[in-house]
Amino acid sequence: MPDVSLRQAEYVRRHRRHHHLVTLCRFLAFAGFLAFWEVSANLEWIDAFIFSSPSRVLQTILEMGGDHTLFRHTGITLYETLLSFALVILVSFLAATLLWFSSSLSEILEPWLVILNSLPKSALAPLLIVWLGANMRTIIIAGMSVAVFGSIISMYTAFRTTDEEEIKLIYTLGGTRMQVLRCVVFPSSVPAVISILKVNIGLCLVGVIIGEFLAAREGLGYLIIYSSQVFKLNYLIAALIILCLIAFCLYQAIQKLEHHIRKSRKL
Amino acid sequence: MDTLMNVSHVSYAYHTLSGETMALSDITFSVGEGEFLAIVGPSGCGKSTLLSLLSGLMEPEQGTIEIRQDTEEGKTQIGYMLQKDHLFEWRTVYRNVILGLEIQNRMTPENLSHVDQLLEEYGLSRFKNARPSELSGGMRQRAALIRTLALDPRLLLLDEPFSALDYQTRLNVCDDVYQIIRKEKKTAVLVTHDLSEAISMADRVLILSSRPATVCKTVEIRFAAEELTPMQRRQAPEFKDYFNEIWKELNHYA
Repeated sequence: MPDVSLRQAEYVRRHRRHHHLVTLCRFLAFAGFLAFWEVSANLEWIDAFIFSSPSRVLQTILEMGGDHTLFRHTGITLYETLLSFALVILVSFLAATLLWFSSSLSEILEPWLVILNSLPKSALAPLLIVWLGANMRTIIIAGMSVAVFGSIISMYTAFRTTDEEEIKLIYTLGGTRMQVLRCVVFPSSVPAVISILKVNIGLCLVGVIIGEFLAAREGLGYLIIYSSQVFKLNYLIAALIILCLIAFCLYQAIQKLEHHIRKSRKL
Repeated sequence: MDTLMNVSHVSYAYHTLSGETMALSDITFSVGEGEFLAIVGPSGCGKSTLLSLLSGLMEPEQGTIEIRQDTEEGKTQIGYMLQKDHLFEWRTVYRNVILGLEIQNRMTPENLSHVDQLLEEYGLSRFKNARPSELSGGMRQRAALIRTLALDPRLLLLDEPFSALDYQTRLNVCDDVYQIIRKEKKTAVLVTHDLSEAISMADRVLILSSRPATVCKTVEIRFAAEELTPMQRRQAPEFKDYFNEIWKELNHYA
């Protein structure tokens, strides 16, 4: 290891100090917000019955953790989200492949996909409940409905924007259309597919919560609607916080996956 | 010299709703076994179209392109080298080089050892497990050439294979590629708009007119000294005469 010059050491030190400062400020902002919230509830600047307070929420979370209701609701929402996410990816992958193979088919279907994609999907949920009943299947399909059309369009676009010259290379080596797909289109679409995953995991969660608002007896969406109706705001905010944590963890999981894929492709 | 490929009265036009654009008109020439033919013409004259037709990626609208059949069945007759190397970053250099064999399901021990031998001979065996981004521009082009040679084609088509390189690399790679092609005893058709490149590599230069392209002249390239590399040819006294002759022809028809 060569000796680091003074200026370089100074640069690294300043960079680190800035980084630590940002982390500290983030934490302080959050802690300050919690403290302000707690104090204003205790001094009755705000109505703790409606606005709750950090200590009450924490107590609720501990209580619900004690009798496992929290784990049940969280588990169900997580299960529904992951299942609808997996189905969205599977369906859009198959659909995008089919559209890539048949440009006539994609030409015919394109306007319909665009219309379905621009429809506010929460509007579909009541229809789904009437058609499919108030059960978990409906919620999973509601989750899918939010993400699937956009996901098909983006994945098909990713497939179609493959470098024409790279496709030509496969043909000059005597390849078939199937081999073009396998050797160029799929591998070169991996970065785009990862960003599609990132967008859609969040959308599926949105769809599942909408479904649970309308048609569930369990899950975080149900917990939110129920507690707002009976004015148990501690429950509602606890559910929101868990939801934040789930969204964060799911996104992190995909980011881990992305990191792993990047490493394996680039040595 | 036996004829390997015969192109007779080939025409081709591109069609759009706003009309028809003639790209090639009544092109006739032949390529001899072991010959190095260069095709030059003003840019946009339809050179790349001609190569796509020769390689069989597109069918001519009129005329015929015949290549003498090899006795071996199902063997690739034609290798095509594109302007850019298009080595895939998600494959190692080795897996890029055997891509053609993989696609044609011909990963036999003989073919693979042929690839190993090519990599060894042309200085890439150390980089078998490297990623393409770790190679220099010249090495990338050599890897792309080995990918084409792995299929053991009888005719090599080169579509401005050096145009993406900087000038210095270009001269070196030109020498490299020329020597590899000669050593492997391949017939080659080079398409380029760079006259010096054509004269420094080819046995014969075919001059195309601007669009729609027709063959306006063929110039035999003969140097007094034999077995010159492209770099040595550039310094030979005949070089500038050929250059002036072809330059005049090009300007006359362009």
